[in-house]
Order: sequence, then C-alpha cells, then structure tokens
Amino acid sequence: MRLGYYARLFAVQARASLTTAMQYRADFLVQGLTSLYWLGWNLVPLLVLYDDRSSVAGWSFGAALVVMAHFVIVRGILEGAINPSLGAVVEQIRSGAFDYTLLRPADAQFLVSTARFAPWRALDVLGGVGLLIYAFVRLGHGPSPAQVGAGLVLLAAGLAVMYGLWIMIVATAFWVVRMDNLIYLLSSVFDAARWPASVFRGVWRVVFTFVIPLALMTTFPARALLGTVTWQAGIGCLVGAILISIAARLVWRLALRSYTSASS
Amino acid sequence: MMRTLRAMPTLIRVGMVEAIAYRAEMVVWLLTTTMPLVMLGLWTSVADEAPFRAWGTRDFVAYYLVALIVRNLTSNWVAWQISEEIRTGAVSGRLLRPVHPFTGYLGTHLGAVPLRAVAVAPVLVILLWSSARGVLVTDVAHLALVAAAIVGAWLLTFGVFLCLGSLGFFLDKAMGIIEVYFGVFAIMSGYLIPLALLPAWVRDIAAVLPFRSMLGDPVAIAIGRVPDAGDAARLVALQWGWAIALLALASWLWRTGVRRYEAFGG
Repeated sequence: MRLGYYARLFAVQARASLTTAMQYRADFLVQGLTSLYWLGWNLVPLLVLYDDRSSVAGWSFGAALVVMAHFVIVRGILEGAINPSLGAVVEQIRSGAFDYTLLRPADAQFLVSTARFAPWRALDVLGGVGLLIYAFVRLGHGPSPAQVGAGLVLLAAGLAVMYGLWIMIVATAFWVVRMDNLIYLLSSVFDAARWPASVFRGVWRVVFTFVIPLALMTTFPARALLGTVTWQAGIGCLVGAILISIAARLVWRLALRSYTSASS
Repeated sequence: MMRTLRAMPTLIRVGMVEAIAYRAEMVVWLLTTTMPLVMLGLWTSVADEAPFRAWGTRDFVAYYLVALIVRNLTSNWVAWQISEEIRTGAVSGRLLRPVHPFTGYLGTHLGAVPLRAVAVAPVLVILLWSSARGVLVTDVAHLALVAAAIVGAWLLTFGVFLCLGSLGFFLDKAMGIIEVYFGVFAIMSGYLIPLALLPAWVRDIAAVLPFRSMLGDPVAIAIGRVPDAGDAARLVALQWGWAIALLALASWLWRTGVRRYEAFGG
C-alpha cells in the first residue's frame, strides 16, 4: 500500500515535469542537437588516442567505447533526473521554501529527489545506447544475456552510488547553505568517469576510484557487459552501492534535524 | 578618458575586496577546472607505455599543468555577470555611472587576478618540482614572450566573454551559447588535447580561429614547443591582434545592444 502510494506520487511528479517540459518543445530540437554535438565531442580524445595505439592499459578501442557509452548514459540520467531536483532543493533550503516540502505527507527525500526532471535528457541516454550498440558492432560480438543482466545490475548499483553521493552533497546544504558550486565540482570530477578507471595510475587512481568511487559508476558496469568482471568484484560493487545508499540516508536524516528554516 | 583612469585603481580595489570576500566560492570554482587533470591522468599513463608521437610523459605533465595555470589565471565570469544583470535589469544602474560599463567589469575581474594567482601558485610549485621542469623555457626572450602571451590571453578571454555576455541583449538564452562556445573552445584552443596531436584538418580550422591564442599558443611557447623566438613573437602579435579585434567587437555589440535594451525597458 505504501509502495503503491509512492508509485502514484512518482507518476504525478514525473507527469508535472513532463507537462512543464512540453511547454518548451523547441528545446527538444536544441537538446537533441546539443546531445549529438557532445556525443561527438566526447569521442575526439578517444579517436586521437586510438589512431596511434591499438590498446591503452589493456583496453581496446571497442572496449573503451563501451565505457564511454556508459558515461554518456549515466551523465544523461544525472542531468535528467538527479541534478535538476537536487539543484532545486538547494535553492529551497536557501529561500526557506523547503518548509512546504516538510509539511507534505510523504518522505522528504523522496519528494525532493523526484521534484524536477529534464525529460529531454532522455536523448542523451538514447545516444549512449546507440554508441553502446556501435561499440559492440566494432568488437564483433554481442554480450550474452547473462552479461546484459549483470551489466544492468551493476549499472543500477552505479546509479545508486552516484545518487547517494549527490544526496550527501545536498545534505551539507542544510549546514552551509551555498552548495550549488559543490554540485558543479562533483559534476566536473565525474568527467573522469568517461575513461576506464585502470588507465589512471598512482595518485589519480586513489582520487578517482577510492575518494570518489567513479569506477563503480561506469567502468564496472561496462566490464560486466564485456564479461571481464569477476563474481567477487561484482558483489563488491553491490555491497559498496548498498553501503553508500545507507550512509546517504543517515546523513540526510541527520542533516534534516539541523534544518532551521530561513526565518528563524 | 582621464575620468576612467582616475576611477580604475578604486574599481580594481573593489574587485579585489569582492574576490576576497567570496574566496571560498572562488576556490571551488577554480577547482572545477578538472579537465586538464583528467586529461593529464589519461595521457601520462599512455606516454608511460611509450611516447605518443614524440610527446613523452614530461611533455604532457608540463602541457597540462601550464594549461591549468593559464586557464585559471586568464578566465573570468563576466559573461555570466552581464547576462544576469541584463536579465534582472541591474545593468541600468551601470549605465548611469559616469564611466563606460566595461570599465567596471574590467575592475572587478582585474581585481580577482591576485587571488587567482595565489590559488594557482601550488600548481606552479608542483610543476617546478616535477621532472617536467626540464621542458620549460628558461631564456629571457621566451620568458618575456610567455608573460606577454599570458597578458594577451587575459585580454582576449575578457573580450570573448564580453561579447558572449553582450549577446544577452539580443537572445533570451545566452547561457546556451556559452555551452556551445565552451565545446568549440575546448577542442580548438588545445584545452582538451594539445593542438599538435589533433588531425591536420582540425588544426587547419583551429589556425584561423582565435581560440588557440587563448590557451594553446601561450602554453606551447612556455613548454618550448616554439623554439624560435621570432615565431613565438609572431604568435603573440597575432594573439594581441585577436584581443583588440574581440574587444572592439564587444564594444560594438554592447553599443548596439544597449539601444535595444532601452527600447525594451522604456
């Protein structure tokens, strides 16, 4: 019953976002063109690099493309479903409008996470899927059904990790208010996820795969699809995703308690 | 003219105080320029396996660290500032002042330069401490040209952003233009990948655009990729030419835009 309630609430919130987006139909074309442009843009370094080499840190062109496609998909979801809502909540906290969210008879984290979507970003996701198909054509073999399943599970885990990190960043807004540029910072660090994590060495590896678990977001789902991930590593990813989700929930509740509204 | 010169020191001082007041925000903004570091991580691991078309690890380290320094020293947010002021109408206040509005923007952003210099100093220290030190130019002629190229890059970037901001008078969604601009800039300036490594046809396009003068050329001079001082001087002259052209274009866009703005605001 609770689950049904939240499902209906989700549908209502999503429909509201879609209705808003439909008012700006010209954006659809602009967004489509920009998506295509950035898709090509992302490929430039890859093309330059593999023009000269057949493999980098053990990754062939096709395999690196699979990671890049995951990056495009995950970033599409980030900018379509996560950033708009969480950017809005930071503003609500600053202005005090967050009071109204707290008054509603539903979980506040659920409400803010589904408050706003950018539906046109689905085009980025489509572009990423297209790139993924092209990558497997280049590789000359498709993934087996089991690999597709594993890839989807790890992709979901990667998205959970990203959402958890973003929630934690937003939660800090309850204490320090001006947090919007920290979201930009996280987004720009996320840019590193376009490359397989193993090409980074030394200090970079520490920063990118431990401090900010970027490998969980793109490299591991891609490897699952390519069939090069072990069971242990896959389970490790799931455990990591669950731990980050729990931590995010705890930080959120802790932060909520210190919310003082704007006027008090 | 005299009035502008008299006002300038005060405007710069105000800019410095503003920059210091919002220092934490500024530092976070500077930290968002992670792209050169990401590319550095990628290319060093490539070059560790084997040099990439005569570019070794040292060359990549020098290139991207100098690019990071030049980018952070010469960047500004005047385009966002102008388009926000146009949107909210705050630009009317600027038009009432007895100096040209560009003077006010110039003061704000020149004032931020010392803080930017402090923020990038650690990068410079790392650069001088690393083995990449060996590829940096050391002779007086080149060092002078590097200095001139950084000043020129600052002016050119300022001119470009003034143009982009002034477009706010004509377009509702000037910010979308900035995203497209950045996409072109990142490839054509050498921000993403050194221009020398791009395919010939991309280099041909980049050669006739101003973007390379904003970043790639100053960096190339600093890391000894332009050994002949005469060639380097020509690059700097070209850059200053672009800077003057873009500043003139910005001033024309502003003049034309203000006329429209008055017509709208009534």
